[in-house]
Amino acid sequence: MLKLQGIAVSPGVTIGEALVLDAVGFRIPRRFVERSAVDTELARLAHAITDTSREMEQNRDRIRDELGEQYAAIFDAHLAMLHDPRLQQELTAAVRDRNWWPEYAVSRTLRRYAKVFQSLNNHIAQRAHDIYDIEKSLLRNLLGQRRETLAAISQPVIVLAHNLTPSETANLDRRFVKGFATELGGPGSHTAIVAEGLEIPAVVGLGPFLADVSGGEPVILDGNQGTVILQPDEETIARYRLEEESAKTVAVRLSRLRDLPGETTDGERIQIMGNIEFPSEVDQCIDRGCDGIGLYRTEFLYLTSRREPNEEDHYEAYAAVVQAMAGKPVVIRTLDLGADKMLTERTPEEERNPCLGLRSIRLSLRQLPMFRTQLRAILRASALGDVRVMFPLISTIVELRQARMVLADVMEDLAEHGIEFNRSMPVGMMVETPAAAVMLDAFIKEVDFVSIGTNDLIQYTLAVDRGNKEVADLYNACDPAVLRLLRRSLDVAAEAGVPANVCGQMSGNVMYTQLLLGMGLRQLSVPASAIPEIKQACRSVSVADCRLIAEKALAMDGAREVKTYLRDQLRRLLAETVA
Amino acid sequence: MPMVWCPEMTAKSQESLHDAGTPSSHEETISREVVVANSQGLHARPAERLAREARRWQSRIELVADSHRVDGKSILDVLTLAAEAGTRLVVEATGPDAREALEAIGSLFDRNFNEHAGSQDS
Repeated sequence: MLKLQGIAVSPGVTIGEALVLDAVGFRIPRRFVERSAVDTELARLAHAITDTSREMEQNRDRIRDELGEQYAAIFDAHLAMLHDPRLQQELTAAVRDRNWWPEYAVSRTLRRYAKVFQSLNNHIAQRAHDIYDIEKSLLRNLLGQRRETLAAISQPVIVLAHNLTPSETANLDRRFVKGFATELGGPGSHTAIVAEGLEIPAVVGLGPFLADVSGGEPVILDGNQGTVILQPDEETIARYRLEEESAKTVAVRLSRLRDLPGETTDGERIQIMGNIEFPSEVDQCIDRGCDGIGLYRTEFLYLTSRREPNEEDHYEAYAAVVQAMAGKPVVIRTLDLGADKMLTERTPEEERNPCLGLRSIRLSLRQLPMFRTQLRAILRASALGDVRVMFPLISTIVELRQARMVLADVMEDLAEHGIEFNRSMPVGMMVETPAAAVMLDAFIKEVDFVSIGTNDLIQYTLAVDRGNKEVADLYNACDPAVLRLLRRSLDVAAEAGVPANVCGQMSGNVMYTQLLLGMGLRQLSVPASAIPEIKQACRSVSVADCRLIAEKALAMDGAREVKTYLRDQLRRLLAETVA
Repeated sequence: MPMVWCPEMTAKSQESLHDAGTPSSHEETISREVVVANSQGLHARPAERLAREARRWQSRIELVADSHRVDGKSILDVLTLAAEAGTRLVVEATGPDAREALEAIGSLFDRNFNEHAGSQDS
């Protein structure tokens, strides 16, 4: 049994069979061959080795011609590894004696070597890459046209991968993917957001572990604690089965909250909105009794299709959401792409610092035709219900004015063509840069609402890359600097009488609910999965108590102190609720 | 070149992937000590040269560093030695052509696998 600690990004506990994806997305299930088929399978293996060998020789010759003998020698080393007599013996024995499927034998055997190399405290550790290369080539030749990919999953699995892009995550088939775990990634990464949206339990940032696991093995994934357990023993499996069951019971209990309002014990009505990425998530929000969609992240329209979405693609998606919400508000955020959300074709050149680069509203204002297409679709959808548009990553008033100008221009265009839309569609902005929070008193006069995006606000305020494991511990919502910017923003909005919302992971975490309500927040936008819990929390507290908690937290000068305090307050609340 | 004995480099010998086996008693085993002179240690290319040379002979060829014993004909096995520059190894040959094999392999080490000591390739 091997317990790995990573970062919990999407809650839930699940037990299942591992599906291991390497960099090219191969799937290596544990399969066995019939005794009678052993010779055929061995012949297939030999054939794959011959093909791989020929490829390596071709590469060697090409490199020799281009770069010279010194470089070509590396391929001689690869060839020697491929033809290593011990390796050949082991592979043959695995198929002949253990009846392993050749693919599985290749993967298991080579990964074992790779692991030994990786463990060497020496530059030989680099040779592990060579072993993975050889594994990849052999598998490609073995699988040939039968290569299996994520898209072709047809049975329940837990996906284990080096990394998953947001679009790969978005394309996971929810019917079969019970959870996923990756070596890379951090909290708040977009892969994490998508996982939460799809309600797939997920753990990221585990560090290298794929060498320890083969497809088909049982794996436990705990998206609450951020742990992954390889080769679990019976006792552990039993314990997690129990946890799986009790989670279902809690979910049933929380589902009773569906038709109850988010109202505090002293009668303050709190709006609880849903965050979505895909139109299909609206149902999950409605099922849990949301008051609207507080954040519709439209970039996933771009990420899930190969071509740039046209106006109809946008419109169809928005219309589906707006109609499903039947008159309840839907806040559509314009493209927030760039940085880690990658759209590689569009990036003019490698950015050294994508988080501080051309992204989000900056990108939209540069790519006007694309921006106008999206705004047209949003405006058309505004004829169908309570649609509000929101601009992300505003950091200067000029950007806000430019964006509003483009919007006004598109409106005029639609009016000219007699296309219906809501002329007084509310326009809002995200407060997610320190600049916006500090200057909000100026911005607030030119918007109808604001939404505070805590993920980016924390990252920019604390100068921490939330995806970088080395510094991820500095990324802390409890940091007093973050809390002060939050309070200032909420105060400014309240004074101006402009509705304010908090989206981002902070609002979906019940630990912060009392603090946020105490700072004056009356609207939270959270992932569908968090709606019942947040609603339950709102219904268990009084605004008066929350104010005291917020005051106390804001007087503290260290993040750890704040976190400990909030955790205690949450514990107290839970104890009262249960009692 | 100066030879430095660095026990901590080889003492950390990894769990061997294979039991290279012990030579049977009726065959003569001869051995000699060699020193890894490459600045990069016994990396992929010299390991490949070594395994290739070893395979030319009928005899069993083994390399021993401390408690770690590997099959000289297997590049993968040889690499697990992770022998750094300056490491002393014992080459053992067992079989009908042991003497010639040992000479050929010893000479590879003596010639530093035809690499310059300062070569940066790996």
